[in-house]
Amino acid sequence: MTLASSRRAGETAGTVVSLQNVSKTFSNATVALKDMSLSIRQGEFVSLLGPSGCGKSTALRIVAGLSSPSAGRLVWPGERPGQKDHDISFVFQEPTLMPWATVFANVHLPLKLKGESARVARDRVMEALEMVGLEGFAESYPRELSGGMKMRVSIARALVTKPKLLLMDEPFAALDEITRFRLNNDLLRLWEEFGWTVVFVTHSVFESVYLSNRIVIMAARPGRVVADLDVDAPYPRGEEFRTSHLYSDHCRRASDALQAAMAGEAPDA
Amino acid sequence: MTADTEPDRLAAAALPPLDAAEAGKLRRARIDRIARWALPAVVMIATIAGWQWYVDAYQVPHYILPGPDRVVAALLQDWPTLWPALLVTLQITLGALVIATIGGVGLAVLFAQSKWVEMSFFPYAVILQVTPVIVIAPLIFIYVPSKIVGLLICAWIVAFFPILSNTTLGLNSADHNLRNLFQLYGASRWQTLWHLRLPSALPYFLGGLKIAGGLSLIGAIVAEFVAGTGGLGSGLAFKILEASYRLNIPRMFAAIVLISLTGIVIFASLSILSHLMLRRWHESAIKRDG
Repeated sequence: MTLASSRRAGETAGTVVSLQNVSKTFSNATVALKDMSLSIRQGEFVSLLGPSGCGKSTALRIVAGLSSPSAGRLVWPGERPGQKDHDISFVFQEPTLMPWATVFANVHLPLKLKGESARVARDRVMEALEMVGLEGFAESYPRELSGGMKMRVSIARALVTKPKLLLMDEPFAALDEITRFRLNNDLLRLWEEFGWTVVFVTHSVFESVYLSNRIVIMAARPGRVVADLDVDAPYPRGEEFRTSHLYSDHCRRASDALQAAMAGEAPDA
Repeated sequence: MTADTEPDRLAAAALPPLDAAEAGKLRRARIDRIARWALPAVVMIATIAGWQWYVDAYQVPHYILPGPDRVVAALLQDWPTLWPALLVTLQITLGALVIATIGGVGLAVLFAQSKWVEMSFFPYAVILQVTPVIVIAPLIFIYVPSKIVGLLICAWIVAFFPILSNTTLGLNSADHNLRNLFQLYGASRWQTLWHLRLPSALPYFLGGLKIAGGLSLIGAIVAEFVAGTGGLGSGLAFKILEASYRLNIPRMFAAIVLISLTGIVIFASLSILSHLMLRRWHESAIKRDG
């Protein structure tokens, strides 16, 4: 089957994945997502922004294949129908490293599971470690690293397979602000350099505006998409962008949209 | 330069002096290090000295309570009988520990593969564990013709449960995000077991192994008491029985000392093994300040 024939109406050539009217109901009758449609285009840095309970993590897990939609479907244009291996990586909120394995072995894991020995994969693993600035820590154990360094290892592990889609579930939420800013900058630098596609879940307006060129705002009960904003500030973005008027304008816009989305709800906190 | 005391050394290194609380902490840590060895040794020496004094002062007959001197003499004098018996007991103990490890880990892995298997068989493992081995042993010696095999089975029954129970817990404690990660990268069941669940279970398994080491010795001794037959290839338990029939109390004590020492050596070896396997990564093996 050719690439073109598997493409469906309404999808542009650059769509990596799209959710079409996806709903998710959990067995305890919670409606986590209701009728969500979203197309992720090639090369985009999309943030899913919303209050807790809006289903942003659920949407990410459905894209990752860790959860299945109750209704609607997930379409991967440019892939064979029924293809299982979607060439994606996932970064969790926690670094999620194997404590018994060295940094090298942790980054090697995705390749090892595909049958590549450490000898064959060595160069690629070291390359991924260099990207996140940890080439000197290959033989360290996770417990010897700081929280920020562990998260860098986690990112290196996600990058080692050169995924076409990188999914990140609030990866920096547990880090202190200084570390978070540094990792934001490094992530942006890598994204610009390699041009992959990122879906980034966050509950921080400021982080989403700083990083992404598109923000999808979601509301809770039931989880749904309420706004889709473009952030047209040019890259590369650095510390001067963080203090610019353009940045604060975009933050206000995103914040207003978020407020509007939450306006109809009873406060739960 | 005068005396090389702690404050001098700190001053030389141009560090700010320690405050009273930190200095106290340092001193207590040093005292603790010595006390950990010195205190049990002092208690041991005092107990033996008190025992010797009591036996001498009250002229207790040696067929009721021999003094430590007589126990040591019996240990040396009866060494030709005790040593082969110790070897037999050790053989049973280590043999039982090995099959308990294989059986316990094997069953735990089987249980981990299928919840249904675990639900079906785990209760029977519990039943086997809570029924005292001393009441099952006579039956085992009726059904099993070989004494050695009977002893191994008894010791195994006592020793395998902590390994099974701990390893099962460990296999089920693998981090959920890591499991998701393995799923995402399309890991097979075998890969998940080998690269994720077994390493996660290792600290739990080693904890179970430490308990099982002591229990397999107890199992081996108890089973031999029940078996109660002498002749060639009898272990320390039979030597104790035999000595008690002859009112050879010093030899009984000597055999007990040997059994205790064996247990201590087994425990220490397994502790060292556990430390070596976990020291690089597990929280239990990590020393930290604060």
